[in-house]
Amino acid sequence: MSIKSQKDFFSGLMFMAIGVAFAGGATNYTVGNAARMGPGYFPLVLGVLLALLGTVITFKALVVETEDGDKIGRWVWRPVGYIVAANLVFGVLIGGLPSIQLPAMGMIVAIYALTLISAKAGETFDLKEILILSTILAAGSYVTFILVLKLQIQVWPTFITG
Amino acid sequence: MDLITNLSIGFGVAFTPINLLYAFIGCLLGTLIGVLPGIGPVATIAMLLPATYSLPPVSALIMLAGIYYGAQYGGSTTAILVNLPGESSSVVTCIDGYQMARQGRAGPALAAAGLGSFFAGCVGTLLLAAFAPPLTELAFKFGPAEYFALMILGLIGAVVLASGSLLKAIAMILLGLLLGVVGTDVNSGVARFSFDIPELTDGIGFVVIAMGVFGYGEIITNLAIPEEHREVFTAKVSGLWPTKQDFKDMTPAVLRGTFLGSALGILPGGGALLASFAAYALEKKIKGKPGEIPFGKGNIRGVASPESANNAGAQTSFIPLLTLGIPPNAVMALMVGAMTIHNIQPGPQVMTSNPELFWGLIASMWIGNAMLIVLNLPLIGIWIKLLTVPYRWLFPAIVLFCAIGVYTTNNNTFDIWLVALFGFIGYMFNKLGMEPAPLLLGFILGPMMEENLRRALLLSRGDWSVFVTRPLSGGLLAAAVLMLVVVLLPSIKRKREEAFVEE
Repeated sequence: MSIKSQKDFFSGLMFMAIGVAFAGGATNYTVGNAARMGPGYFPLVLGVLLALLGTVITFKALVVETEDGDKIGRWVWRPVGYIVAANLVFGVLIGGLPSIQLPAMGMIVAIYALTLISAKAGETFDLKEILILSTILAAGSYVTFILVLKLQIQVWPTFITG
Repeated sequence: MDLITNLSIGFGVAFTPINLLYAFIGCLLGTLIGVLPGIGPVATIAMLLPATYSLPPVSALIMLAGIYYGAQYGGSTTAILVNLPGESSSVVTCIDGYQMARQGRAGPALAAAGLGSFFAGCVGTLLLAAFAPPLTELAFKFGPAEYFALMILGLIGAVVLASGSLLKAIAMILLGLLLGVVGTDVNSGVARFSFDIPELTDGIGFVVIAMGVFGYGEIITNLAIPEEHREVFTAKVSGLWPTKQDFKDMTPAVLRGTFLGSALGILPGGGALLASFAAYALEKKIKGKPGEIPFGKGNIRGVASPESANNAGAQTSFIPLLTLGIPPNAVMALMVGAMTIHNIQPGPQVMTSNPELFWGLIASMWIGNAMLIVLNLPLIGIWIKLLTVPYRWLFPAIVLFCAIGVYTTNNNTFDIWLVALFGFIGYMFNKLGMEPAPLLLGFILGPMMEENLRRALLLSRGDWSVFVTRPLSGGLLAAAVLMLVVVLLPSIKRKREEAFVEE
């Protein structure tokens, strides 16, 4: 038996796995009955339904012919990696990481870091251009979020402001 | 006339300087993101939600609404000049609009889109004002069983009318409903699926999901496509005004588009996207005069009708939201979030408890449409310049706005990690051909559905037949089943597939 639609096959498997996981997790809570539903009732029903649907989708992907096999295609790890990394670094810098006693670096440093890292996700990377871009973004964010909207965000590193 | 008094309350609210300013900002931002390919209204509204905290609720909603219908205007500019849909609802506008631009008729194409949108927007706003009160009356007759049935109908409607695989769309709804379950259960106080992470006991923020899946997911997908050569017809936009013949051709098309778009916007699952596809399909079916330019070769009707339809649909999709509290599409789901942030429970009581908000929002839409026509036609040159901004400058800025936006919602870094995770998930959805919009709808409706299901069955002592024996609820469920059956009929199934392949 061969996979007729790669996309459907794997999404079906994913739905099955998630459905089973939620349904299984739901049994840890009180399920109750229809008249007196416990916290586990709704997720259990949904999880079972999702797992069933996933099975049907996977089955169809093995049986129903498609024109081009619905290939998933190449994964582009580069943008995924850089965008996710940019986010993680931004979070660490703006809020600090108390578990390893890293102090918060504040918004401005975080913006420079995020822009520089995320720009690497693109095809071309020109350092000078990106530095100008991050300066504009940092200044713009300072004006909008701090001066105009008056949001409570730490702007400068802790060791400067104290 | 009630309508007149109500509208005058509305205009009184909408014409205050502060609200005019926010309507303008909304329209401006909407046009901006509409013009820029690769960023849509869902991601933008999600990004701006936190920024609306400090605004009065009316101003916040006026601005967010402006973004949605503003994007419908802006999207057509990119579609016509670059052959890229700036907005998903402008996909069909590319077909004839771009051909018109290649023949040096970009001006009339833009004018047809702009004028058609303006007319449709005005009609849509009037319909909203006229239909909202009677529907609200009806909504007060709804009990938990009816609400549950209505939400089923809404969710089924959303997948039936959407493109792509029906089964996968339903599975995405279920997944969304399940994600909505995460967090503390209101009835028992049990923290469900929170893995002892304190931040998860409040549930997953829907801003997090919307930004991760739509914002980051879109960026990653866009970056995966190599930069293509873009042909921009900037120099050729001269002579904006359509000829007399153009007007003759486009007027009936605009009327048809407006009518169809308004009707489809009200339907659960409808909205701008569906409206424009349906309008283009209808226009192609209608025989033109002999000697008319064929469709796909630059027929003005192929621009005027879908553009009117998507704008009318954008306006009327507010009807289910404002009267029943049920969001018909992903953008409206975000509007529910915006209302909740400001402690307004969407639903029939909004009209009586917050009349200034309700009518102010409606009146602002008309004002917004008037602003948009000015923004889009005489100032078209500015938007064309924007099209030359390279994506490599744009996407780091979008990443930043998402990150800051999420952080400011709760001031916690955990949400930032979560967005990164959902960004990856969003890319995976894209790779596996899974549509994220039904997921977001399910996520928003999940807690409401569970609540109403529990209440309905508690009242009926666990008897499931309550959903079919109560006439309103039974009728709604029957409608949902009918929709599913109709779509699964072989002949219609084929037509539906054709309609979505045409892009």
